[in-house]
Amino acid sequence: MSLTNGWEMVVGLEVHTELKTATKMFCGCANSFGSLPNTNVCPVCLGLPGSLPVLNARAVELAMAIGVALHSTIAPSTFHRKNYFYPDMPKDFQISQYDLPINVGGFLDLPDGSRISIERAHLEEDTGKSTHLGGSGRIHGADRSLVDYNRSGVPLVEIVSGPDIRSSTQARDYASELRGILMATGASDGRMEEGSMRIDANVSVRKVGQPLGTRCEIKNLNSLRSLQRAIDYEAHRQTVILEEGGRVRQETRHWDENLATTSTMRVKEEADDYRYFREPDLVDLIPDEAWQARIREGLPPMPAERRSMLGARLHEPSDSLLGAVSVVVDLDLDAYVSSARDAGVPAELALPRAANELATDLGGLSNLSFEAFTATLLMERSGELSPTQAKSVLAELLASGGEPRAIAAKKGYEQLETGAVASVVAQLIEEHPDEWSRYRDGDEKLAQFFIGQVMKRTKGQANGKDVIAELHAKR
Amino acid sequence: MKSASDIARDVQSGTSSAASELDVALAQIRARNGELNIFLYVDEEGAQRTAAALDERIQRGEQIGPLAGVPVALKDNLCQTGIPTTCSSKILEGWRPPYNATVIDRLLVAGAVPVGKTNLDEFAMGSSTENSAFGPTLNPLDTSRVPGGSSGGSAAAVAADMTPLALGSDTGGSIRQPAALCGLVGVKPTYGLVSRYGLIAFASSLDQIGPLTKNVRDAALLLEVIAGHDPLDSTSLPEPAPSLSSHVNDGVAGKRVGLVRELIDGADADVMASVERAADALREAGATIVELSVPEFRLGLSAYYLIAPAEASSNLARFDGVRYGLRVNGDDVTSMMEATRTAGFGEEVKRRIMLGTYALSAGYFDAYYGQALKVRTLTINAFARAYHQADFLLGATTPSVAFAFGAKTSDPMAMYLSDVFTIPSNLAGEPAISVPFGTGDAGLPVGVQLLGPGRSEALLFAGARVLEIADGRS
Repeated sequence: MSLTNGWEMVVGLEVHTELKTATKMFCGCANSFGSLPNTNVCPVCLGLPGSLPVLNARAVELAMAIGVALHSTIAPSTFHRKNYFYPDMPKDFQISQYDLPINVGGFLDLPDGSRISIERAHLEEDTGKSTHLGGSGRIHGADRSLVDYNRSGVPLVEIVSGPDIRSSTQARDYASELRGILMATGASDGRMEEGSMRIDANVSVRKVGQPLGTRCEIKNLNSLRSLQRAIDYEAHRQTVILEEGGRVRQETRHWDENLATTSTMRVKEEADDYRYFREPDLVDLIPDEAWQARIREGLPPMPAERRSMLGARLHEPSDSLLGAVSVVVDLDLDAYVSSARDAGVPAELALPRAANELATDLGGLSNLSFEAFTATLLMERSGELSPTQAKSVLAELLASGGEPRAIAAKKGYEQLETGAVASVVAQLIEEHPDEWSRYRDGDEKLAQFFIGQVMKRTKGQANGKDVIAELHAKR
Repeated sequence: MKSASDIARDVQSGTSSAASELDVALAQIRARNGELNIFLYVDEEGAQRTAAALDERIQRGEQIGPLAGVPVALKDNLCQTGIPTTCSSKILEGWRPPYNATVIDRLLVAGAVPVGKTNLDEFAMGSSTENSAFGPTLNPLDTSRVPGGSSGGSAAAVAADMTPLALGSDTGGSIRQPAALCGLVGVKPTYGLVSRYGLIAFASSLDQIGPLTKNVRDAALLLEVIAGHDPLDSTSLPEPAPSLSSHVNDGVAGKRVGLVRELIDGADADVMASVERAADALREAGATIVELSVPEFRLGLSAYYLIAPAEASSNLARFDGVRYGLRVNGDDVTSMMEATRTAGFGEEVKRRIMLGTYALSAGYFDAYYGQALKVRTLTINAFARAYHQADFLLGATTPSVAFAFGAKTSDPMAMYLSDVFTIPSNLAGEPAISVPFGTGDAGLPVGVQLLGPGRSEALLFAGARVLEIADGRS
């Protein structure tokens, strides 16, 4: 959706991603989702008096990997304390990075060719998780609140974009592309539904060419869909206020997925005062050149590069084929496509099979070897299997594994003899003389009619190309 | 009272036992603790179990560490597994840490016997132990006077012959000042020499744990045991504990001693006289005395009273009633936190939290906290300059001998000035020792202070030992 009447939206995103480390950021507790509440805790991540933080080197490595992938400068950095009282934050301050973050600057290129600048990507610790029971269900006015500190001290990287985004679709593309990058670096599992990737959106509107308007920060965006809807709603809300001569108030707003609206969480009369100061319990973080180089060299190709690798041999690819490339990269199916392609399967066949058939049963991928995928597609390519049959064989491979040729045999997919196709076609010509004569007179649409009839009669075992060849021969 | 090194020797050789040495300590604690209010908690049973286990190992012929069977008193801001740890604050009511401070683990490995937790100014904020929520500790040398603070309980425990060793913490003078007022040796080590893991933080960038003892050798022995790298403290120095005991008798021949005007000016005449006689004693032992002025030291006090409260305002935020300690209920979580902190913290702690919060606030940060950090850098540079002319520095530890209860409680600034000579070393992260030298008014002990560059503890112990001998003590 775009704004009308000369208005444009200006959006910047803050993406928090939990890092996929074995242990937490400052202690040896397991970093895992879904454990019983308050079981992955120790004096450090509970902030017990006298405890001290010790930085997890793996968290630093993943943060640097994100920085490299986003073309940031890895800089000497420091940790600060961000002070505010909140019950799920056991020290009542968060260890974060402030004026000297580990990753400075950078950019992210979107598939449509636009470039979004990155201001910074810094390390910080996550908080615990509160559950408010009864009453209002929010922190003020609930009957009881429970806190689970398993998440307390889990390492996070916060990636702050420049205010470069101009539409909700672009915001979605940015988040999606960033998610792919985070997964490719191994830094994150990208699971928004588990909260391992969380997005806040800063939204303002202005007349094109005018200075920036007052922004609102939208929280609780738990999916790409919420992100897109919330931005559209918020930009529209602000436009209406301004159109009516009102003023947008700078505030933090909460997205309600069910009501599909944003509402005020807290007003920022002035900037929050977190009383940042250097964390005296930690030393400066200055990754040396050798360490940085190891991270750079160990980084796998990012989604954009993978897309161009997959799309490289396509000639004037259709939109649907480009879509398939994106899906394959998003779902990390590149290896299936490239191994099939290396064995002689055209990308035009391998891409849609991976993007459509494999995508429907990702859980079954453990049953499907690259070899079996390739073998099935080679059978389809040679005409041994019809497309319908090939899809069915792939589904069976995903469901229970096995060997493609054996599955095809079991399903009775042996190809019909060319003679069998010929006899079926002859039979159909006899049964449908009118259609046949119109076909002979040049009505090409009727080829499809005959192919359909042959397929019906052979239960899909005939090869479409053989049928066409036979029709041509008899014409 | 027997020295720690004598106890360890006798216990290891079998001429004494850990149990009997502990009995001596416990008997003295029972006799005098009611009057002096030194120990907030005495872990009789735990100490007896530790002592019995040591005696058993010795009977089996095992070599125990350098503190075999030596009773030790612990300032009550050090976490000990299962033992109430209060920081002399109501806010930690009922809390028992689930873990040991690194220094306590090291004491146990060395064969020491922790006997209990000693009184302090609440969260180590004070110079007289009058700020304790559990009442003041009396100076065993004159019960009408304060023992100093904040490690007043630990100092008094040693001064009252309850234990030969005690651990304190020093953020702006909290070991050295009570050592001076109780006639003891007190050491503030180089920042990072001793792990802070398990020390409940007051001001993290300034805090150091250190010994309070009757004599220099015991102080060196105790510091050797607790020092050395700890992977649980990121600010811990990378190297293992230095050898200190072996340097105690190195003497000061050929050393240049800087007598610093700013570390004497403003001190009472009796204190000043002791420092001058200490300079003479060092000269007689072969040192050269250089008179120095380090004007930056005058700025230390104001910088300290911004940096320390700023860090404290953040360190003490966690005492919010949510997870442990005191909770005073309220209508919602915010009012619960407010009610808990209002009831749980004493006046001085609240004053410093407010000072620190203010100093860090937007719009004031640069003028206060930021400026204080610059003064801190100036102090570090000033020390470095002084060490071009001297190997170590000499001055007073405190402006006066032990003062009477109530003498400074109505005027926080007067109390803060007790730390004027000790603060520069904390700002610079450098070591300093207070050693008793002579007596002053009312026959009370005077402490003189030796200050050195980072990691110069061995040199300072040697200097302190020269003064100890010159003062006629062993």
